[in-house]
Amino acid sequence: MSSGFTSQAARNIFYGGTLFFVLLFAVLVFHTEQRIPERSKAAEITPAVVRGKHIWETRNCIGCHTLLGEGAYFAPELGNVYTRRGPDFIKAWMKAQPTGAPGRRQMPQFHLNDQQLDDITEFLKWTNGVNTENWPPNKEG
Amino acid sequence: MSTLKFESQKVARLYFIGALGLFLGQILFGVLLGLQYLMGDVLFPHIPFNIARMVHTNLLIVWLLMGFMGSAYFLIPEEAQTELHSPKLAVALFWIFLVAGALTILGYLLVPYATLAAATGNDLLATMGREFLEQPLPTKVGIVVVALGFLYNISLTVLKGRKTAISLVLLMGLWGLALMFLFSFVNPSNLVRDKMYWWFVVHLWVEGTWELILGALLAYLLIKTTGVDREVIDKWLYLIITFALVTGILGTGHHFYFIGLPGYWQWIGSVFSALEPIPFFMMTLFAFNMIQRRKREHPNQAAVLWTVGCAVMGFLGAGLWGFIHTLSPVNYYTHGSQITAAHGHLAFYGAYVLVVVAMISYAMPLLRGREAAPQRAQNMEMWAFWIMTIGMGVMVLALTGAGILQIWLQRIPADGAAMGFMQTQDQLRFFYWLRIAGGLGFLSGLLIYLSSFFVGDKDERRLQTAAA
Repeated sequence: MSSGFTSQAARNIFYGGTLFFVLLFAVLVFHTEQRIPERSKAAEITPAVVRGKHIWETRNCIGCHTLLGEGAYFAPELGNVYTRRGPDFIKAWMKAQPTGAPGRRQMPQFHLNDQQLDDITEFLKWTNGVNTENWPPNKEG
Repeated sequence: MSTLKFESQKVARLYFIGALGLFLGQILFGVLLGLQYLMGDVLFPHIPFNIARMVHTNLLIVWLLMGFMGSAYFLIPEEAQTELHSPKLAVALFWIFLVAGALTILGYLLVPYATLAAATGNDLLATMGREFLEQPLPTKVGIVVVALGFLYNISLTVLKGRKTAISLVLLMGLWGLALMFLFSFVNPSNLVRDKMYWWFVVHLWVEGTWELILGALLAYLLIKTTGVDREVIDKWLYLIITFALVTGILGTGHHFYFIGLPGYWQWIGSVFSALEPIPFFMMTLFAFNMIQRRKREHPNQAAVLWTVGCAVMGFLGAGLWGFIHTLSPVNYYTHGSQITAAHGHLAFYGAYVLVVVAMISYAMPLLRGREAAPQRAQNMEMWAFWIMTIGMGVMVLALTGAGILQIWLQRIPADGAAMGFMQTQDQLRFFYWLRIAGGLGFLSGLLIYLSSFFVGDKDERRLQTAAA
């Protein structure tokens, strides 16, 4: 590096560049915020969906599954499971766990009551409707 | 005669020992997870996969934070040329952090997660059950308290002493880290909004503020081991972190492609995150350049190897393995596959694990009253570096192979032709065995590294006696 370019100059570029991109990011996030209600169909977030999300979180589902592609990669994607399997399968599946099949991956039994099973299914139904730019590529997730 | 310039640097030792202990725990749980990928019912229902994974990732975060804190306590007094503001506070915060961390891990392992959530106030303010941010509310508050105490301590030290570029950049990184963690308390009931702010913590940590910390620690290590002029090092440091933030902030967009946010993020995320390898490549150039211009041969050659290793592996893991799946048309197929896991492992190891180990390797001998570890211990460290790095390399190539096959079978074919998730997993078993082999290699490298701390003292004493 040439001797004309000092560390003070480099520091000023850092402060200026960072400030510019922080502000630009803030503006974009602000714009995105306005678009979220329409893209996520926020009007369809019923109390059951909110309760379902709480169940999703407090059973640490993300520790095995992905949801819209994020999470652990040990068990199937659930963002589109409502399309792939439908509501009755989802509830029956959760009630039947664990399968106990030797050597196979096991899902814990969470002892959810009917209301809770309905709630988590409502949450997955709502998630299924989020505009994800056509991801995943097919229904297998 | 003390090898330390300032007495209060000694507090770093506790942090380094704590960090290495948790590192070992992290890897043991990692091996268990690898086994569960192949034998799904191992330890079920006692330690289900989701619990083991939470322990694995949370231990990683806690030990890296502990390593950053230890590094700051070691480096800041020397850079500021003054004693630490309060060594007692630093020691107290270490024990608070360790006990809170241990209780959290025990909570994960011994109490059902839903019970833990109900017992720790998650119904008042729901923050749990989101990847990497699974900690109960009291732990999250504890992290904020420890971080504030820590920042108070080192900021006052810098304010009363000499202000160098390294300590300013390190402070900015650490303050930024603490600030972004506050978003872990934001959990809107709209999942899409929740996911967006979740990335404010996760992405703006590892591809934002943590890069400032990484840059500052690398710069410090290079000054110490090469004796190159500060003016040169400072310029490099500022340029590297400029590129890191200029690309990394809008690079956040590469997480916004398919989670319900507007389509324009595919353009922003692709363009800016494609540039994210630049700062990592500059770090590689920086390290080799400074070592070429070195003005001294530092007796701690192990620390030099860890430092250069960090600069190279950080570029491969964060830079190259990030780039392969960052463009949105590619990510459409790779998103949430084993490719993501491959990148995550190599990036964390290359950039953050190695920089903390490099700091420990440089500082620990000084904290133990010598400039460098005995030659035999250093040789073991260098073996450990290569075994861990090759082990990680095997793991990452195996996961990359698994990811490519997974995408081929499960993602690319159309509805009807595409294979289901679990059937696809059965096809990946060869790669998962390979991954276990790499993981066990990594574990043995780590055990060699840890045992190097107990080796060679006798030889040294014999030499001293002979000299006398």
